[in-house]
Amino acid sequence: MFGLSARTTGHFSVVEAMAFSIVAFAGAAQFTAVGLVARGLGWPAIALFIALLNARHVLYSAALAPWFRGRSFLERAVAAHFLTDESFALSIAHFRRIGRFDGFGYWWAAIVTTLIPWNIATLAGALLGTAIVDPRALGIDVIFPAAMGGLAVGLITGRRELAGAIAGGLIGVGASLAWDPTIGVIAGGVAGPIVGLLVPTPAMGGAEGGERAS
Amino acid sequence: MTTDLVPLAFVMWAVTYPSRAIGLLNPAIDRLPKRVLSYLQLVGPAVLASLAAVNSVIATRDDGRSVFVVGLPLLAVLACIAIVAWRKSLFVGLIAAVLIAIGGRAAGLS
Repeated sequence: MFGLSARTTGHFSVVEAMAFSIVAFAGAAQFTAVGLVARGLGWPAIALFIALLNARHVLYSAALAPWFRGRSFLERAVAAHFLTDESFALSIAHFRRIGRFDGFGYWWAAIVTTLIPWNIATLAGALLGTAIVDPRALGIDVIFPAAMGGLAVGLITGRRELAGAIAGGLIGVGASLAWDPTIGVIAGGVAGPIVGLLVPTPAMGGAEGGERAS
Repeated sequence: MTTDLVPLAFVMWAVTYPSRAIGLLNPAIDRLPKRVLSYLQLVGPAVLASLAAVNSVIATRDDGRSVFVVGLPLLAVLACIAIVAWRKSLFVGLIAAVLIAIGGRAAGLS
């Protein structure tokens, strides 16, 4: 789906789409970048936005750190490149299930079930995208927003995330109507979390930040 | 075949890798203020929802003005969201969204 979206929405070449999947290797951020490129946003702004979007990896990384304790610096540095929503979810569940670090479990989750399928699918989508004359007739124009919505749902783990997502969407639409869709997207992404933070959590009362990505 | 956006892939890696590595390479990450960590956790859902909403209900007219549009894209996106929430499958959700768009347009809707 990313390959198709990159080709039809962002007008990426196959090489550019593959570079995103191999080098950046950041699913949701890649979709986001396609949308921002398509809207003509400058690279510094895209970089800032991607950094903000992927900042959640700080939480994943922190949650995995205890399991990687004692592993070599090189292994931890390489493992970080392959840390995605999917590899985190699969590996941390595996570590917790067996009660210890398992290198094979991490690399299997990161490479076999995530990196390889993601890149094969990107290539297939990017190649297929060149043959499509009218993306709207095939419903391809809805892939990008639908993927964004679906990925957002996958990240909602509590009331704060839900409130942040709803606020992000509403603020994004409002700011788009008032100014410009690009400003709208940024406004929603930056202000939505502030609204989410206003929502009390069940553990509130000294542990407001206690809900970790783990 | 253009390669203009290839450097952007490296820029994306450069701004993503630190957040992936900071915890694994420096366990002192836990010292960040909890409020900051909470904010970072909410950025993902908010920005993705913002992108989904803006790209499904906002259209740009020829004069450059943005207008609110309720149509097939919104229906398709809502269906995808519902399916992902229900079945936990983004792939199935995307297939459903595409089928709704194809069917709707074949029926003359926009």
